[in-house]
Amino acid sequence: MMKKVTIHPVTRVEGHGKVTIAIDEDGHVERTRLHIVEFRGFERFVQGRPYWEAPVVVQRLCGICPVSHHLAAAKACDVIVGVGPDGLSPTAEKMRRLMHYGQMLQSHALHFYHLCSPDLLFGFDSDVTKRSVLAVAAEYPELAVRGVLLRKYGQELIQATAGKKIHGTGAIPGGINKHLTVTERDHFLKDIDQMIAWSVASVELVKKVHSKNPAFFDSFGSFPSNHLSLVRKDGALDFYHGNIVAVDKDGNKILDQVDYANYLDYIGEAVRSWSYMKFPFIKSLGKANGWYRVGPLARLNTCDFIPSELAQKEFEIFRAYTGGKPNNFSLHYHWARMIEMLHSAEVIKSLLNDPDLMAGELVRTGKKVNEGVGLIEAPRGTLFHHYRINEQDQITMCNLIVSTTNNNDPMNKAVEVTAKQFLEGREVTEGLLNHIEVAIRAYDPCLSCATHALGQMALDVELVDAAGRRISRLTRGV
Amino acid sequence: MPKPKIATCSLAGCFGCHMSVLDIDERILKLAELVEFDKSPINDIKNFTGECLVGLIEGGCCNSENVEVLRSFRKNCKILISVGECAIMGGLPSMRNGIPLKECLDEAYLNGPSVVDGQIPNDPELPLILDRVYPCHEVVKIDYFLPGCPPRADLIWNALVALLTGQPADLPYEVIKYD
Ligand code: SF4
Repeated sequence: MMKKVTIHPVTRVEGHGKVTIAIDEDGHVERTRLHIVEFRGFERFVQGRPYWEAPVVVQRLCGICPVSHHLAAAKACDVIVGVGPDGLSPTAEKMRRLMHYGQMLQSHALHFYHLCSPDLLFGFDSDVTKRSVLAVAAEYPELAVRGVLLRKYGQELIQATAGKKIHGTGAIPGGINKHLTVTERDHFLKDIDQMIAWSVASVELVKKVHSKNPAFFDSFGSFPSNHLSLVRKDGALDFYHGNIVAVDKDGNKILDQVDYANYLDYIGEAVRSWSYMKFPFIKSLGKANGWYRVGPLARLNTCDFIPSELAQKEFEIFRAYTGGKPNNFSLHYHWARMIEMLHSAEVIKSLLNDPDLMAGELVRTGKKVNEGVGLIEAPRGTLFHHYRINEQDQITMCNLIVSTTNNNDPMNKAVEVTAKQFLEGREVTEGLLNHIEVAIRAYDPCLSCATHALGQMALDVELVDAAGRRISRLTRGV
Repeated sequence: MPKPKIATCSLAGCFGCHMSVLDIDERILKLAELVEFDKSPINDIKNFTGECLVGLIEGGCCNSENVEVLRSFRKNCKILISVGECAIMGGLPSMRNGIPLKECLDEAYLNGPSVVDGQIPNDPELPLILDRVYPCHEVVKIDYFLPGCPPRADLIWNALVALLTGQPADLPYEVIKYD
């Protein structure tokens, strides 16, 4: 008799999701699926709107990393207004970078401290009452406060550059709409060394958690895969701009510094009947083998070095752990994420010391064209925005491949691997549910950061027999 | 005296309103002293543990599941607050209201330039999408509205403290914004 296990809803920012797991009569996991159950229709309803609205409108997709959408759309608009990705004034590019690295800092701090620290500090199957940031605050108050203040610092940088902490308006086609004031700069410079020190401590914290049981940490939900991200021309890690690089599980280059304006030549999206989220893949490898991971782990697997001192040191330790080959361990996303947070804090410091932020040209214009592609490395991975416009400046086509969509196949794979590791032949328990969550959570998907930005994902697991009769049911937070 | 309970949820929203709640920063620890969190993404409580004083709703209703969750909030919360444009007016997701749903689906899954061999997702596991996005007050009675996209952290904080302490709300003009 075939059993079906349903985990529902796995909540999110871009909608809600659920997991179904089919188990055969011998207790083997036969099939797992992560379904994304919400549909919004952005691609269609922005049609007819003027293109310059895109950076402000489309960021309402996601309130957790709105800056990413804001900037990816602005980069596409830069192309449309004839300024192009390399044509911004130094002031505009640096202000946008400050906004973006501020968001990286806040988003990584949020994910690590507010969402994941309970799992890492108390264990994957700890008591449910322990698995929230408030429990962390009760037991490790200094950690909770560190997380809150790191995030606050990033949010305030966003406010100073974009005008608002959430859904700001700083970037405009061809540039930015304000400078940083001297008062603002001094305010941020005052605390930046503390942020760097806390980021160093955060990297150490992950390493400490890992060292307690490296074998378990390495094997949890792990699988080999391709990795893709934007990388600067010289091979450096860069969150704001670069070319597309993709490597396979052994580090062989699949895509080597290709211009993202031509992304349609390299990237396709498959649709499956059971999910509203599409499945991107590298065209040369085909639908079955072309899927890839994005985000912190993928970025550290595709770049050659990190252009800031302390983060580079940590990067060398990270790379040495896998002998210089790509790291395919899912939970190492956390390690990579904290190295990136440290890098962000260092970049913020060097930007704050740059006089270009406080003076200089804000906006440039050029010869308008009717199509633009903008890519950026969002906290959760590569984000694609692509617009076409008509003579009246109205959007006629909008294509978005968001970071979490790029990780759709890997998250499905993570659910499958984790279910096989922990569910096979066992009874479904609350603690096991959290194992599935932990695997999905490593990707920091918008679908989960939605809910467990504040705690745990809501889950509803149903065991159903072949005739559809419910055998047992376990719910949490639904 | 037991602390009053507060519950929160996100329907068809972007979670920006929840992020704005987090933007009260250190005051979140103070909030935890004032109230007990009931059913909310902030903890692991499965079902309402009893009547809540306040329920905060982010997002409008775009599918049948949203409607169910909203109704259960109305049943279990004494005071229900729509937080943000999406909950109050449908917000950005309601931009699809003037367009046939099929056109939206076609654009995403058949016509998208990166789509290869497209199809419209259709599976019993996927819930029913409503014909249009509904603001919360069209589905249940709502007691208060906090405007903004998202409402400022200070607006949320001042309003909550006022409700919880029975004091009049101190809402200066500057904290009320509609963008
Ligand atoms: S009101 Fe704005 S911030 Fe709040 S959920 Fe809607 S789009 Fe997001």
